Amino acid sequence: MTTPIPTEKRPRPAGRGRLVLSRLLAARGAVVGAVLVLLLFALAFGGPYLTPWDYATPDFSALHQPPSAEHLFGTNGVGQDVFAQTVRGLQKSLVIGLLVALFSTLLASVVGACAGYFGGWTDRALMFLVDLLLVFPAFLVITIVSARLKSAGWIAFVLLLALFNWMITARVVRSMTISLREREFVRAARFMGVRPLRIISRHILPNVASFLIIDATIAVGGAVMSETALSYFGFGVKPPDVSLGTLLAAGTGDAPVFPWLFYFAAALLVLFVLAVNLIGDGLRDALDPTSGASPRRSPRRKRRP
Amino acid sequence: MTATVDTPLLAVRDLRVDFAGPDGPVPAVRGVDLTLRRGETLGIVGESGSGKSVTALSVLGLLPGTARISGSVRLDGRELVGLPGRELAAIRGRRIAMVFQDPLSAFTPVYRIGDQIAEAVRIHQRVDKAAARRRAAELLDLVGIPAPDRALDSFPHEFSGGMRQRAMIAMAVANQPDILLADEPTTALDVTIQAQVLDVLRTAQRETGAALVLVSHDLGVIAGTADRVAVMYAGRVVETAGVDELFAAPHHPYSLGLIGALPRLDGRGGPLVPIPGSPAPMAELPPGCPFATRCPLAEERCTAAEPALEGTDNHLSACVRSAELAERRPAPAEVYPVPALPGAAAGPGDRSARAQVLSVSGLGKTFPLLKGTVFKRKVGEVYAVDGVDLDLREGETLGLVGESGSGKSTTLFELLRLGAPETGRIELLGRDTAALTRTEAQRLRAEVQIVFQDPMASLDPRMPIGDIVAEPLLAQRAPREETARRVPELLRQVGLDPEHATRYPHQFSGGQRQRVSIARALAVRPRLLVLDEPVSALDVSIQAGVLNLLQSLKAELGLSYLFVSHDLSVIRHLADRVSVMYLGRTVEQGEVSAVFDRPRHPYTRALLSAVPLPEPAAERARDRILLAGDPPPPTERRIGCVFRTRCPRYAALPVPADRALCERERPALTGGALGAALGGAPGGGLGGAPGGVLGAAAPGGAPGGAPGADHQAACHHQGLVT
Amino acid sequence: MLRYLAKRLSYYAVLLIAAVFLAYAISATALQPRTYFEAKVPRPSVSSVERQLTALNLNDRTPVVERFGHWAGGLLHGDLGRTIHDTPVTDDFGRRVWVSLRLLLLGSVLGMVLGVAVGAWSAVRQYRISDRLLTVLSFVLLSTPVFLVALFLKNGAIAAKDAAGHEVVPFTGYETPGLTGGLGAHLADWALHLLLPTISLALGGLATYSRYQRGTMLDVLGSDYLRTAEAKGLTRGRALLKHGLRTAVIPMSTMFAYSFLGIFTGAIFTETIFGWHGMGEWLIKSINEQDVNSVVAINLFTAAVVLASGFLADTLHAALDPRVRS
Repeated sequence: MTTPIPTEKRPRPAGRGRLVLSRLLAARGAVVGAVLVLLLFALAFGGPYLTPWDYATPDFSALHQPPSAEHLFGTNGVGQDVFAQTVRGLQKSLVIGLLVALFSTLLASVVGACAGYFGGWTDRALMFLVDLLLVFPAFLVITIVSARLKSAGWIAFVLLLALFNWMITARVVRSMTISLREREFVRAARFMGVRPLRIISRHILPNVASFLIIDATIAVGGAVMSETALSYFGFGVKPPDVSLGTLLAAGTGDAPVFPWLFYFAAALLVLFVLAVNLIGDGLRDALDPTSGASPRRSPRRKRRP
Repeated sequence: MTATVDTPLLAVRDLRVDFAGPDGPVPAVRGVDLTLRRGETLGIVGESGSGKSVTALSVLGLLPGTARISGSVRLDGRELVGLPGRELAAIRGRRIAMVFQDPLSAFTPVYRIGDQIAEAVRIHQRVDKAAARRRAAELLDLVGIPAPDRALDSFPHEFSGGMRQRAMIAMAVANQPDILLADEPTTALDVTIQAQVLDVLRTAQRETGAALVLVSHDLGVIAGTADRVAVMYAGRVVETAGVDELFAAPHHPYSLGLIGALPRLDGRGGPLVPIPGSPAPMAELPPGCPFATRCPLAEERCTAAEPALEGTDNHLSACVRSAELAERRPAPAEVYPVPALPGAAAGPGDRSARAQVLSVSGLGKTFPLLKGTVFKRKVGEVYAVDGVDLDLREGETLGLVGESGSGKSTTLFELLRLGAPETGRIELLGRDTAALTRTEAQRLRAEVQIVFQDPMASLDPRMPIGDIVAEPLLAQRAPREETARRVPELLRQVGLDPEHATRYPHQFSGGQRQRVSIARALAVRPRLLVLDEPVSALDVSIQAGVLNLLQSLKAELGLSYLFVSHDLSVIRHLADRVSVMYLGRTVEQGEVSAVFDRPRHPYTRALLSAVPLPEPAAERARDRILLAGDPPPPTERRIGCVFRTRCPRYAALPVPADRALCERERPALTGGALGAALGGAPGGGLGGAPGGVLGAAAPGGAPGGAPGADHQAACHHQGLVT
Repeated sequence: MLRYLAKRLSYYAVLLIAAVFLAYAISATALQPRTYFEAKVPRPSVSSVERQLTALNLNDRTPVVERFGHWAGGLLHGDLGRTIHDTPVTDDFGRRVWVSLRLLLLGSVLGMVLGVAVGAWSAVRQYRISDRLLTVLSFVLLSTPVFLVALFLKNGAIAAKDAAGHEVVPFTGYETPGLTGGLGAHLADWALHLLLPTISLALGGLATYSRYQRGTMLDVLGSDYLRTAEAKGLTRGRALLKHGLRTAVIPMSTMFAYSFLGIFTGAIFTETIFGWHGMGEWLIKSINEQDVNSVVAINLFTAAVVLASGFLADTLHAALDPRVRS
């Protein structure tokens, strides 16, 4: 039988990308989040050009000054420009957040996919490692080790954060891989003689990609929160380098009297994490075909055995 | 509809249901009229998306919040549409009860079966807990669940599929409802279990006197159960009539097409008649008759307006040419174009002269039975495959039949693994798989390809179909130019447009996806195609086209097929030889016509008798062999015959010594008393000379068929006819 | 079921031992008690530093494994070693553990119960105003680090004090020092001191749990068995409560195990910010003092608490879901 049966009589939407985009745009939260993130990035990297003041150089003529045209966010006790500092801190926090999310997601996907796909002892050993690392709050270990890493700077801090931030994601990737491994298209590839690593890269990872994207997005927010918290207690970014965490630490004591030292940084922090979470939530709806607009059951037919 | 004096029990008038979609409401039901009288059985038949389940659910107001319902549903004259929740709740389960499709997800997983049934009793009857529990036990007994008192304390996941569906029916009849709505009640079940459940439904109906609405996609199920049938297409009833009338003389081309597309167990009916095209897109229906685009009888006026459901004598049809059809009574093949197909048979000539493609003997595979979540402990073994013999020659189709748990899939995976089997021997294209090196195995993979059941699951959703089809070529390291040349060629070969190579699987319909799957399997020019339930996830009208394609490809490319299916009608239609499995063992094998017409193993007989025929008169007249219970768990290796726990022949054996034989000796695959043991099967190797009551086998003598007929069974007493 | 739990328990025991060793190794190598002694004024002699280090089992010239062996030997007799100030670690431990547990238990239980309730309610009212409002609120909470929540609350309390001229809500410590009066007065004082730290801890948990519960509840809302329950004749409300919520809380037990880590981390911040002398504050102090044995004791405590909550979650899961029991 070689007569082509008529395919679709009507044009279908052209592929997945557009579908995802249209669903993403339909989620107002995600759009708001994306705009916010873009604005914050613009502020973090364009902000230094908006003020003549450098984040470290003090203006001795203005100590503890409230916000004004000269100093947009006011000045601190030694006369440093809070706007310049906040923008600089935001920049650092964003970069740290992005890098941590990137590294931890990479690590999680590799460990999770390998544990899930190969099973057996590989799986058992990797999962024991995951459980072991999960026994400690990341914060605990990082605070202990950070003392030793003073000299290595913030890159070491990024690696450390990433190292303690991948376990739960890896667990999810693993269980997704286990169910994917039994799916027929992976079986089909195996029976065709496609090699394991190739199956992981060609079939498994693309099929967990939507989860990874969502997770990485939310991980950016999480990493920024961890960074600020650790820096607040002096275990992360250390002066004279600034991040939102160090700024908050410096501003806390004076907050009741000089609120601009504290609340600008706090607001930007919350705003950024919120924006990232909104994008993540929107992505989840857009990428997951089951979380459509009709949340309650739809009539479906089960396939026969 | 002729006027009746009394009000019908249930009257559905102009029922319409829309679901909220991203681009505005999508209709699911578009003006359905149904009438149900006291005690009668109404079958609603239709393919997926026809709106049959939505119609059933909307009667009880059980549709999701995104649905908008209009029209009228009257129970004894009382309007149900728009009734407040509390009043509707008083009717649900009391006057109208429902049996759902998938009984595993339909029971709350955390409560015991008994508590859930007792709850149904206590919602509508003022009885205390103990009385409700007693009633639940009675109900379980009614639907034939053994040891009902113990069963009450089981959780849903501890029941088998058939038991759960029985319990579901028990729950539905708990309050003696007037109407029983059954939405695809047997769809997820095996045929022998399906036969049991349909029997239970009839019993339940008889005991309570309820009217039954049976929603199903299976014409056979409808034919044997319903008094009247409504055929639905694209959200409307297109034809309704008495069951005999409808099957004998359909007035709507769609009904006619459905009947013609169905492969038949009795081997009659000629080539399958596929309905061209795919089901109407509900989101954007064309004006006029929604079936017009697929209808061979369509005229210009069909696209102008949608025909109304009209007719006489309780036979209504929504087609402008129904009068013509009523008068002419054409066969499906006279209306629908039938593709010219080469004969299904493997061709003439001596079987043994043709090259052996696959030879399996005594294949065995066990899985460790594990317990525990972290430290897995081996507590036993599952004998998934325990003695399978297969014999497939060039150009043949070997059908492998068995119910779930029979080890079909395990057998396939053992074959495709291309390694040494746990026990037994696999010879693929003349090579012993146990002796293959890695490179040889990789090369042999090109010769054997597989097509899976679910075309959605077997295609990577993240890959365009061009890449999917090219994957086996890639795995075989084929040069780039060849891949580029082969992909369009393959797509054309399976009847797809090569232009669509860049599209993704979700952009195709089920039948088209299965064609992609077939194209992928053919990419490396294999000699053997393993087809694992390739059409069971497809609608009947689509299935016929795929089966026809497989048949023509086989002739065109000189392929051999190992065709696994639970659907005996499909096997009968397509296969040359058949092999029947039960609990991991081959129990009967041979030429299709020999096995189907003169089954020797009691299991094969029961299996064949359980398949409903899409012909009401024949279906009603047939005597059925109902098997008792479920297959036992394969966790212990049984001595003797594995089937004896459910075997009607064993149960009827008068002589204890004959029974002892079944209990003691494992029956070997032999021609038995009716024929000679043929080559390929290890004849009587396990001791226990075949014979039983009729004495030893007579070599060469084969009263049931031609001398040397290719037909063996593994039963000690295959001479008996019970 | 008992067998299942016993197996989980033995796995946790193995994990605990490995975790404690790991914690010891990390702490003993990363922290430098030697510098702590060397930085003392007047500067002690080399041999005196050496002697003190050895006496406290902190000498970095002894192999880590040997130090661990010594420490573990003590642990078997309930001895956690000595702090860097040469007092028994168990004294500090015993004093602080109740301070922390009070906060942890109250914060996590409150967060969980409220979160489940809010999440389930929100799911049932999906896309209504109340659901959207709760969604926005929980997103804002999820996006605010615990230490910021604590700081906001504390700053608010300070502002209230300044405005009222006296302390409205206490924001330092867990009791008023030198308070006289009966048991009632003490309990009221404790409750008042617990208020702000508990809120700051519970809010994060509430937001996380409610989002998660909303998700599982939405899944259940689309389930076949809920439809069956309605088809039997249960009203929607009763079906939701009896069949829906009961099943939707099952996955929360797993969530509970994971989220305890977050709660503990949160507690470190709240304790420090509100001046509670609990385990969290102790951790920061000990790290700054290079006090290895105290740090290890805190690690032991967290590991034990995390694993206990994991075990509790398993028990809960098995109790809630008959499918895991078999």
